[in-house]
Amino acid sequence: MNVLLRAEQLVAGWQQPATQRLDLSVAAGEIVGLTGPNGVGKSTLLAAFAGRAKVFSGRIEQASGLRIALQTQDVPPVVGLPLSGRELLALTGASPEGLPAWLADRLDSRLDRLSGGQRHYLTLWAILQAPADLILLDEPTNNLDVAGVAHLTEHLRDRAAAGAGLLVVSHDTAFVETVCDRVIALRGNDVG
Amino acid sequence: MSADLFLLPFLTGLGLAILLPLLGCYLRLRDEWLAALAYSHLAAAGALLALLAGIAPVLGGLGAAAMAGAGRRFFARRLSGGAGDALLLLGGWAGAILLAANAPMAERLGHALFDGQLYFAGSEQLWLVTVGGIVALIALRALSPSLLLARVYPDLFRLRGLPGWPIQAGFDLLAALCLALATMSIGVMGAFALVFIPPWLAFRRAANWRSGLRWAVAISLVAYVVAFALALWLDQPFGPVLAVLLVLAGLLVA
Repeated sequence: MNVLLRAEQLVAGWQQPATQRLDLSVAAGEIVGLTGPNGVGKSTLLAAFAGRAKVFSGRIEQASGLRIALQTQDVPPVVGLPLSGRELLALTGASPEGLPAWLADRLDSRLDRLSGGQRHYLTLWAILQAPADLILLDEPTNNLDVAGVAHLTEHLRDRAAAGAGLLVVSHDTAFVETVCDRVIALRGNDVG
Repeated sequence: MSADLFLLPFLTGLGLAILLPLLGCYLRLRDEWLAALAYSHLAAAGALLALLAGIAPVLGGLGAAAMAGAGRRFFARRLSGGAGDALLLLGGWAGAILLAANAPMAERLGHALFDGQLYFAGSEQLWLVTVGGIVALIALRALSPSLLLARVYPDLFRLRGLPGWPIQAGFDLLAALCLALATMSIGVMGAFALVFIPPWLAFRRAANWRSGLRWAVAISLVAYVVAFALALWLDQPFGPVLAVLLVLAGLLVA
């Protein structure tokens, strides 16, 4: 099993520790879910894996030469910017192949002229399809309708089947249970 | 005879009318358009200081703007929210006005820098704008994907190990030098008008980034050619005529 990311007794945070101790690993071809109530530190853990948040104790090991892509809950600042969906995908190196029809038809539109859901899915797709070995996703189903969640579920599986490892943070229990191979639930004082 | 007399200034301004709106698109992308005004004012102050020190004003202008561009990142954390650019702008403006007011030698150049007297541009300025403009356009083209990615996906930019500091500082320096070059020919506000208004209008209308760049250049070129002819015909300083035309275009289109 080709482990891409391993965390041992990890405690991460910003100015001070914000998570409980966590042991976690993500292998190539695997989709791991991270769930838990608000404020438990799910996004902070992703930020620590991406090198943004501070590691207070424990350690993170990454496979050599690992290419990481991170989708955060921050909306890319595209309002007022004349940037088309096709240009956005070209920026991250993502292929438009496999996009749902309801989005493929709008690729040449400006991102700020798409609906909130279309824009979210396209900005998410640009990260999902970017050349990467490990993809970190923070609440990817936000703003998506049923068709969007269904397409995302199918695509995450395709991405994993192609060899990528995925770590998905979500409060959407049904989505996590459907798409993930393993789920780690963070529960405030302990990690199960 | 008169055609020859005005050819050099026309070509100098034409080069700037292509360069400045393209630069302005990237300044607007990064929400740094106020920096353009700061660089212009500092360039004016630097040029006046150089004149008093017996150095070529253009070197003083380029030097002062380059120092501001290169040093901007050092103060970015302490002076966030545009405060750094506002301080640079006010410092440059105060310095330029005080120098012009207290040194008779600097007063004339001061007026030219703030009025934007393009018609005094000679072959030296045309060469500087041509060579500097070509280098700047090549640099902008090379920096473009990184500047766009850093703006839209800062995390992905960092995770890919792209050199954030050199790219940002490189762009700051490039912008400062271009603005200094433009200030020497078309004045502080003429340069700012070409950096700010065509990209602002283009961003509202364009369908994508590439067409935004094309729109910005097209708007700038039309405004420039009309302003050049109008200012000559009405015997008015070029900078304010250009600014008035672009303001009118902005009010009509917006």
